[in-house]
Amino acid sequence: MSSPDIILSARKLTKRFSGFTAVNGVDLDVERGTIHALIGPNGAGKTTCFNLLTKFLQPSAGNISFNGRDITGLAPAAIARLGVVRSFQISAVFPRMSVLENVRIALQRRRGDSFDFWRNQKVLNAYDEEARERVEEVGLTEFIGETAGELSYGRKRALEIATTLALEPEMLLLDEPMAGMAQEDVSRISALIRRIAAKRTILMVEHNLSVVADLSDKITVLARGEVLAEGPYEAVSKDPRVIEAYIGAGHG
Amino acid sequence: MSVTANTPSVSAAATMPIGTPRHHIAIFAGLLVLLLIAPFVLYPVFIMKILCFALFASALNLLLGFGGLLSFGHAAFFGSASYVTAHAAKVWGLTPEVAILLGTIAAAFLGLIIGALAIRRQGIYFAMVTLAFAQMVFFFALQAPFTGGEDGIQAVPRGSLFGMISLANDTTLYFVVLAIVFGGLLAIYRIIHSPFGQVLKAIRDNEPRSISLGYKVNRYKLAVFVMSATLAGLAGSTKALVFQLASLTDVYWTMSGEVVLMTLLGGMGTIFGPLVGAAVIVTMQNYFASFGAWVTVLQGTIFVVSVMLFREGIIGVLSRWIRKPL
Ligand SMILES: Nc1ncnc2c1ncn2[C@@H]1O[C@H](COP(=O)(O)OP(=O)(O)OP(=O)(O)O)[C@@H](O)[C@H]1O
Ligand SMILES: [Mg+2]
Repeated sequence: MSSPDIILSARKLTKRFSGFTAVNGVDLDVERGTIHALIGPNGAGKTTCFNLLTKFLQPSAGNISFNGRDITGLAPAAIARLGVVRSFQISAVFPRMSVLENVRIALQRRRGDSFDFWRNQKVLNAYDEEARERVEEVGLTEFIGETAGELSYGRKRALEIATTLALEPEMLLLDEPMAGMAQEDVSRISALIRRIAAKRTILMVEHNLSVVADLSDKITVLARGEVLAEGPYEAVSKDPRVIEAYIGAGHG
Repeated sequence: MSVTANTPSVSAAATMPIGTPRHHIAIFAGLLVLLLIAPFVLYPVFIMKILCFALFASALNLLLGFGGLLSFGHAAFFGSASYVTAHAAKVWGLTPEVAILLGTIAAAFLGLIIGALAIRRQGIYFAMVTLAFAQMVFFFALQAPFTGGEDGIQAVPRGSLFGMISLANDTTLYFVVLAIVFGGLLAIYRIIHSPFGQVLKAIRDNEPRSISLGYKVNRYKLAVFVMSATLAGLAGSTKALVFQLASLTDVYWTMSGEVVLMTLLGGMGTIFGPLVGAAVIVTMQNYFASFGAWVTVLQGTIFVVSVMLFREGIIGVLSRWIRKPL
């Protein structure tokens, strides 16, 4: 057997907030082309891990590498440019822009930087067609001209995914993509995530365990900032330490 | 089938369709016609004052309404440009267009320095940093030998445009000022509706998200800060020629506050709001000048009322009413 092809890995990743250690010596290896879930009780440090991996937070210790390259010292925008794009736990749309514009702002990244303040924005029309397709993919076509801030919570999440996908990142980090979605949207987005995972790698935080069981190839369980267990869903869900961590934190 | 036109969704300056909306062209054209007639009906210096402040407020609005950055120190750019232009015209005897150009460049340069230091801070801290630097510029203006201290630089010659057309006549000057201000406003309009402007709005709406899409937000913020400072400088330079005066009032913090007031009153983040805000405030100052200190009280009251009751400003409310971005 050949050794697994690791796209993103973290070693001894640690984050301390004035004395409190939110993430403590986490080792993480995400294999290329898989859906990897990061789960754990509230406050386990999942979002903090995402913030560290994408450099929205500076690690107190440890390092991160992407495609074999050390990215610990990079700025968050630089990591996005390498092809690691994250979403946020609280919905992150551009509220005063339309649905179409939200997606287009991601497509616009293909021009490189947009410092051309003298040019008419009509040049961006070139991306409209593709933006429409992306919007359709997440089932928002009938809201395409609407202001993103006025969408329902679930639709905002869908729009966020469309925006993230528009960048065609090599790797996606999704922080609770299904939170607050109606069941029919959960199914749609699940199917979409599975479809995009064919060509990409996904690291996902999700509380909906049936979604996790359904989608993920591998699961890492985090509790109190440390890795508690790792493996496929069947194994992890039977692990007594995992069950205890969840019960201890008040999850059924 | 669903009809999106029926859904009451349009918030103020939100769903900007791509391309220049026809009603914007119509408003700009109508405005230009009015302004071409205005000097024959109203006192030209009065309208020139409104024009200068309309440009100043629009420059601030570019930063505040579209970049999401509240500067409380824009008097620094307005005022220093005013001083440089006055000095260049009076002491160096340069022609008005060169004097204005120098003043504007000075403001741009100052904007680069202050902007680079301020954009690393967020929200109210950003505002405080800009205010602090503006105060430094004020004390510099108070102490420096060439600014004339409390007297300012008075009796600045308006000179002759390109050394040929004398601007001593108010009406002649008016058309030059109109060309400058209108050009400035169109430039701002274009900036807002450019690929750059689109990124700017994204950063204003959600900065972390913009970063996560790979935008180097600090560079965009610095760029818009410099543009805003430059245009504020253009307004200040022009004002110096109109009133033939550069004084401490131009760099004082109340000037920074006044331009914020104009922008909020008219409607920040709208295209035409700052123009309306400037017209209202300048008119008020003019007609109520005899009330002395009460003008300040009145201004303060308007400020409080507009912030508490209609946050979207005059044009913001109007825009929501007619459901079109203005
Ligand atoms: N900026 C911060 N400053 C101080 N403490 C923080 C900060 N961010 C997170 N924490 C703390 O770190 C711990 C981990 O938080 P984190 O948001 O990573 O948890 P999570 O696993 O994402 O939880 P949830 O499931 O609720 O989203 C929490 O106790 C939180 O209070
Ligand atoms: Mg979280």
